[in-house]
Amino acid sequence: MRKPKTIIEKIWDRHMVHQEEGKPDLMYIDLHLVHEVTSPQAFEGLRINNRKVRRPDLTFATMDHNVPTIHRNVIKDEVSKTQMETLKDNCEEFDVPLADIHHPDQGIVHVIGPELGLTQPGKTIVCGDSHTSTHGAFGALAFGIGTSEVEHVLATQTVWQAKPKTMNVKVNGTLGTGVTAKDLILAIIGKFGVKFGTGHIIEYTGEAIRNLPMEGRMTICNMSIEAGARAGLISPDDTTVEFLRGKRYVPEGEAFERAAEDWKSLATDDGAIYDEVLEINADEIEPQVSWGTNPSMCIPVSANVPTIDDAKDDNERNDIERALEYMGLEGGEPISSVEIEHVFIGSCTNSRLADLRKASSIIKGQKVHPNVRAMVVPGSHSVKTAAEEEGIDQIFKDAGFEWRAAGCSMCLAMNDDVVPEGERCASTSNRNFEGRQGTGARTHLVSPEMAAAAAIKGHFVDVRHLSVPTPS
Amino acid sequence: MEPIRKHQGLVYPLNRANIDTDQIIPKQFLKRISRKGFGQFVFYNWRFDSKGKLREDFSLNQPKYDGASILVAGENFGCGSSREHAPWALEDYGFRVIIAPSFADIFFNNCTKNGILPVKLPEDKVQTLIDNAEADTYHLTVDLESKKVFDNQGFETTFDIDDYKREMLLNGWDEIAVTLNYENHIATFEANQT
Ligand code: SF4
Repeated sequence: MRKPKTIIEKIWDRHMVHQEEGKPDLMYIDLHLVHEVTSPQAFEGLRINNRKVRRPDLTFATMDHNVPTIHRNVIKDEVSKTQMETLKDNCEEFDVPLADIHHPDQGIVHVIGPELGLTQPGKTIVCGDSHTSTHGAFGALAFGIGTSEVEHVLATQTVWQAKPKTMNVKVNGTLGTGVTAKDLILAIIGKFGVKFGTGHIIEYTGEAIRNLPMEGRMTICNMSIEAGARAGLISPDDTTVEFLRGKRYVPEGEAFERAAEDWKSLATDDGAIYDEVLEINADEIEPQVSWGTNPSMCIPVSANVPTIDDAKDDNERNDIERALEYMGLEGGEPISSVEIEHVFIGSCTNSRLADLRKASSIIKGQKVHPNVRAMVVPGSHSVKTAAEEEGIDQIFKDAGFEWRAAGCSMCLAMNDDVVPEGERCASTSNRNFEGRQGTGARTHLVSPEMAAAAAIKGHFVDVRHLSVPTPS
Repeated sequence: MEPIRKHQGLVYPLNRANIDTDQIIPKQFLKRISRKGFGQFVFYNWRFDSKGKLREDFSLNQPKYDGASILVAGENFGCGSSREHAPWALEDYGFRVIIAPSFADIFFNNCTKNGILPVKLPEDKVQTLIDNAEADTYHLTVDLESKKVFDNQGFETTFDIDDYKREMLLNGWDEIAVTLNYENHIATFEANQT
């Protein structure tokens, strides 16, 4: 009998261009996604060396990181404008398809890939962005690369990659009502730390993962990089296939059925061996809120913020002390008592239509707390239009949310959407690093539902016990 | 890129774990379209206050670390965003070697493509180096050829780095040129795709 293989090994073997003793493997790349911030120096490198883009047909560019989310016709920030124009010029010169700021396909690169069906099971996908791991939700091998590698892929359609180790993160049981994929991935990182995945590709398995819709799977895989993993993925199944059916870049008719069979055959074989296995029980997970300055610093919404006395050693003591100071927290207070001034619903972690639907179901008929400025930034132009067709935008606007155009926005605050120094934001994004949402800004990572609840109450609340007074 | 064989330099200790690339180079400086000139912004939010004044309480601003070219830091250095602006900024500021107990994968890779040598050493050794450099002006030699780190007071240790990355750094190779030697293999692979 054939040796059982993981999906990781299957995809790896299919993409091996060349293997040689003493070198990493030379891997072929099926899809290269490009954005304005990490590409200019790569295109410049090609120009200097008189090189071409080898496969413009396997390359797709968009603008997301620094695009404004209002007043898009006149870009005030000159430096951002140059960066966007540079991408446009580069794409024209090198023949790369581009969804620019006014294009209907524009959006966060990790939202539009799946939406257009560019992302498919079994593909190798790279992008000059660490959250490329998102595409792993489809059973693709997707990882972030630096700008030198962007240039390398543009020129050769390959990367040199040492075969990473494999890890199975098995999520048993089922998630409770009101507990989301975001809570699950935060709980995983909270339990195992920000570097448990280093040097590994994680496959998420188990009942709770199988039960997640594609949006939830994307949220999980998205944050694999926050665990230090090279990539994260989930074996394709019927959920994957049905999501992709009818998408623009997938095959049609007979060809689609054949592709679907092939995709499903990539799923990890029974009995395949991983280098490492971790398990967690979904039943025990509560809605999470991060309290500190990296994503492992998160706690259940019912818990208290840790104090330095909770530290296991001196290093952890220092980390907690620094984080509490930066976050302006005492330590020991219930996280639910922490008041916020901003709410950001968006980012490649949680800005898809399903996320906005869930958040809006909580917001419906409510008002944003008077101390809070709340904002929704859809992940793509098409998410925005679809939400508007359903009237979701109106629910948010009626409650007092700002409704913006698509982009990364306040996830990394490269545009004007910035949290002011010392202020606090409940954010559906993936990083609570110091200064991420603005110099001195304090980020608390939560699910869209928890962000919506916090917007109404002005502090964190367990969305499962949310009781809102009927407006008089 | 600039080859690196043997490097001797002043050590700057940064005793923190999980230093992410958002700290190494904050996003407001990512809008430039060249690879040069990022050094002035390295660790910006730690080096400067909100008015743009140097913060005396941040160690890198102390005169005793002027001209440091070896950075020693805590575990999981370079985690977070894949931005290659981070190694560009460190290199442009003058760092050629970074020593830590562990590195984030993408950052490690990005260093080796920009002539920065990332050296993984066990935690206790890193702590010794940090203590030495915090106590006094402290120089180290890092020899990529023999894979050794040593000072002139008797500290000596070896480190591991994969052969391919070592070759690249030693020779300062342009990786794309190397890969283009495999053009046949790439073309064959493409021809076999249905
Ligand atoms: S939304 Fe945030 S994390 Fe995602 S690609 Fe944009 S900046 Fe990166």
